[in-house]
Amino acid sequence: MTATSPLPLKAKDFATDQEVRWCPGCGDYAILKAVQKVLADLGVSRHNTVFVSGIGCSSRFPYYMETFGFHSIHGRAPAIASGVKLTNPELDVWVVTGDGDGLSIGGNHMLHVLRRNVDLQILLFNNEIYGLTKGQASPTSRRGTRSPSTPFGSIDPALVPALFALGAGARFVARSIDTAQAHLAETLKRAHAHRGASFVEIFQNCLVFNDAVFEGFTARDTAADTQLLLEHGQPLLFGAERNRGLRLQHNSLTLEIVTVGENGVTEADVLVHDQTNRTLAALLAGLPQPAFPMALGVLYDHPATTYHEELQAQVARESEVGPPDLESAILKSNTWTVA
Amino acid sequence: MSPPAVAGSKVRRDARDAIVIRFSGDSGDGMQLTGTQFTMEAALSGSDLSTFPDYPAEIRAPAGTTFGVSSFQIHFGSTDIMTPGDELDVLVAMNPAALTVNLQDVRVGGLVVVDTSGFTPRNLAKAGFESNPLESDLLNPYQVMPLDIATLTAAAVADFGLSSKEALRSRNMWALGLMLWMYGRGKQATVDWLQKKFAKAPAIAQANIAALNAGHAYGETAELPEHLSAYSVTRADLPPGVYRTVNGADALAFGLIAGARSVGIKQLFFGSYPITPASTLLHALANLRPLGVVTFQAEDEIAAICSAIGASFAGALGVTSSSGPGLALKTEAMGLAVSTELPLVIVNSQRAGPSTGMPTKAEQSDLFQAMYGRNGEAPVIVLAAATPADCFEVAMEAVRLAVGHMTPVILLSDGYLASAAEPWLVPDLSGLPSGSVQYAQPTEGFHPFKRDPKSLARVWPTPGTPGVEHRIGGLEKSYDTGNISYDPDNHAKMTKARAEKVARVADDIPLQEVDVGLDRGRLLLVGWGSTYGPIHRAVLQSREDEGLDVSFIHLRYLNPFPKNLADLLRGFDRILVPEQNTGQLTAILRSTYLVDAQVLAKVTGKPFMVSEIRSAIRATLEGGQPS
Repeated sequence: MTATSPLPLKAKDFATDQEVRWCPGCGDYAILKAVQKVLADLGVSRHNTVFVSGIGCSSRFPYYMETFGFHSIHGRAPAIASGVKLTNPELDVWVVTGDGDGLSIGGNHMLHVLRRNVDLQILLFNNEIYGLTKGQASPTSRRGTRSPSTPFGSIDPALVPALFALGAGARFVARSIDTAQAHLAETLKRAHAHRGASFVEIFQNCLVFNDAVFEGFTARDTAADTQLLLEHGQPLLFGAERNRGLRLQHNSLTLEIVTVGENGVTEADVLVHDQTNRTLAALLAGLPQPAFPMALGVLYDHPATTYHEELQAQVARESEVGPPDLESAILKSNTWTVA
Repeated sequence: MSPPAVAGSKVRRDARDAIVIRFSGDSGDGMQLTGTQFTMEAALSGSDLSTFPDYPAEIRAPAGTTFGVSSFQIHFGSTDIMTPGDELDVLVAMNPAALTVNLQDVRVGGLVVVDTSGFTPRNLAKAGFESNPLESDLLNPYQVMPLDIATLTAAAVADFGLSSKEALRSRNMWALGLMLWMYGRGKQATVDWLQKKFAKAPAIAQANIAALNAGHAYGETAELPEHLSAYSVTRADLPPGVYRTVNGADALAFGLIAGARSVGIKQLFFGSYPITPASTLLHALANLRPLGVVTFQAEDEIAAICSAIGASFAGALGVTSSSGPGLALKTEAMGLAVSTELPLVIVNSQRAGPSTGMPTKAEQSDLFQAMYGRNGEAPVIVLAAATPADCFEVAMEAVRLAVGHMTPVILLSDGYLASAAEPWLVPDLSGLPSGSVQYAQPTEGFHPFKRDPKSLARVWPTPGTPGVEHRIGGLEKSYDTGNISYDPDNHAKMTKARAEKVARVADDIPLQEVDVGLDRGRLLLVGWGSTYGPIHRAVLQSREDEGLDVSFIHLRYLNPFPKNLADLLRGFDRILVPEQNTGQLTAILRSTYLVDAQVLAKVTGKPFMVSEIRSAIRATLEGGQPS
């Protein structure tokens, strides 16, 4: 947060004149609002900001951002964004995708953009359904989801996006909720501050095809018991009394819920969140639902050299020994002269 | 060589002016290296040349089998060499399989050098011989030089303490040494190359050099039949200047960089995915990273082209490259580049299809794919390279047109061009244009689809420039604002604008020239791509030897066609189109110009022979159909 620095642009300065065409009540509106606010808070310029998307409801996002934008083809936003970033590393590049776009048709690109650590903010709007094609089950749909393409219930196990991202080698993995404006804004700022690929899963409610699918942990009245809000260096506590916590079972390498003050449990037994611990991040990402609270916030933030930094360093090294120009590259081969 | 602008260079067919040698053996025998080194030595000795590497798709096919045979053919001499040669003057066969696969290509009276050590009962059986052909009548039409190269090599390298297996690996250098002696070529470049290649294993380097020297010395000291030394090849009469050999992949790499430079684009971005035979371009450009080329080996063909599109959106020139199957995967993204009207160069090194087909064999069967292979109405510019050296110019041209007209350009090469080599007069790069690309600046009424009234090319606004922020995508956009539009009339207008933009490229390319012969007459041959050499040679010979009324034009621009092509086609009674497919350009010419073009098809994965085209010319002029 840069509260003391001047904010040249307001959130509305990041809105375009285009009519927003999401369904009334769609979670995407809340995310759009949060992103516009975050950009204003960050004080970034419009001309150095690029939003790249694929296909799907979420991928309409760039049309509503008064920045540079590229609404591309299904699943390919990470590849297009990689080309943008490697061409001009000064740009602040955001990818907007969904569970179908980013994890089904574009799963391969998501895997590789994360492993390469291209310096992008990747916002994956997860509504556990294909919205734009009218409601088919997606890779994150829970098993048994009834939809036009799975009338008797889906039989595919659901993918956990954060686990996928960690498995792919992501160095920043976070989660938030469309309507949790303050938490979402803070999470996006963290993603922006991270150098390298930042993967943010945003639980987004699809009012039309999958309404209330996240109600189990998003409902305000029960949120204290169903949400584990992660903070680096703080114990993994939740509950209205903040007396419930997660303890590591050493013999099985699993987490269990304990209550501080009961059965001899003290706060010292509760695990402390370490955002640089990938193993812990994976345990938190995979907490079984709904038996455990949903881990929200920054699960993992452990920067490493980014792809364009590696590229620039290599080119700088090789430029010292390689041919200085095209002429000498062509003449590097054996030549002969005809008089 | 680049297609000459004028016809009529004098043909001399004295066999001693040019020689065709084919080195052939197992895919593990090092035949490609042997051929490449012979090529280098021939070039350094002042020969004009053309090569044809032909190898199996398998990395190490089972030893001794016919499908594991790897060959390298070189045609070199003092004349204007334009093809790898129809018939072999010399076949070097390292085993029975190489003999049986290649013998039919040796001219009667030609020389067959065989390594007898490879003629074991087991290898003979694998090659399908019931008895040893060296002891039969099979080789009677040829001059045969049976040599126990393995034993000769083992003796030459005995002092270097190598295992017999390692020693045997130098057989190819022994054979190379003999051939270099036989045709009076030097061997110093090969010695230097071996020392560099095996710098970390000096014993191996020394053994290979010893084998090379031994093969060379054998020629000098052994009492070879007198007629063999008659093949002395004089220097080619090439224009003055500095030369190197170049294959199509290297020439494309240099041409893309030179092209970007000449239109003032600072960064070339090359997104690619490994595929035979296109990977050599990725390798060539990856080595040129120090020159500021960003090469990006993507996770798949789709990401390869998409990263290139992203790069073009950001102001670089995006380039992607593949072969037919990979092009198929890039199809949707090509449509995106058409719709967003971004510059993009797509190189297709064609290979025999359909599907995986024959990965290492060349074909020209992706012309329809290049022209029509996208959903919706999605026209692009299509160019084709004629020779390895021509790849340089065509790559430059592809860059110029892509940037100048804000459109994808498909550049068709093929597996033959990618790996075949020829002498290349190194271009004077200081003479290249030094344009400066115009990125859009904020102006009154700016929108991303504002067009140049003449070319219809849209402006190119790039991220990082204040005041030109905009959104583009694959949805239809308004002609007047660039915003999304589903308006029916607007879609019709935009469809027409995209087509018209590509059609108007015809105003920006040279008129078609006649390569050989006159601009009207009885028969016109129309070619495109790597068939240039054999067609050119065949038409020249038909005119000069037989006095036939035949002309030749070779198309570099396949979409749009040059503006005078219709007139040229209508100046001839008959039109014959040799192509390595079943008639794709033929069909396009027929449908575009309503002319009775006939195809001369060849889909064997092998280049046309001059003699095949000459026969077809005779048959066509006599009124029959080409076979």
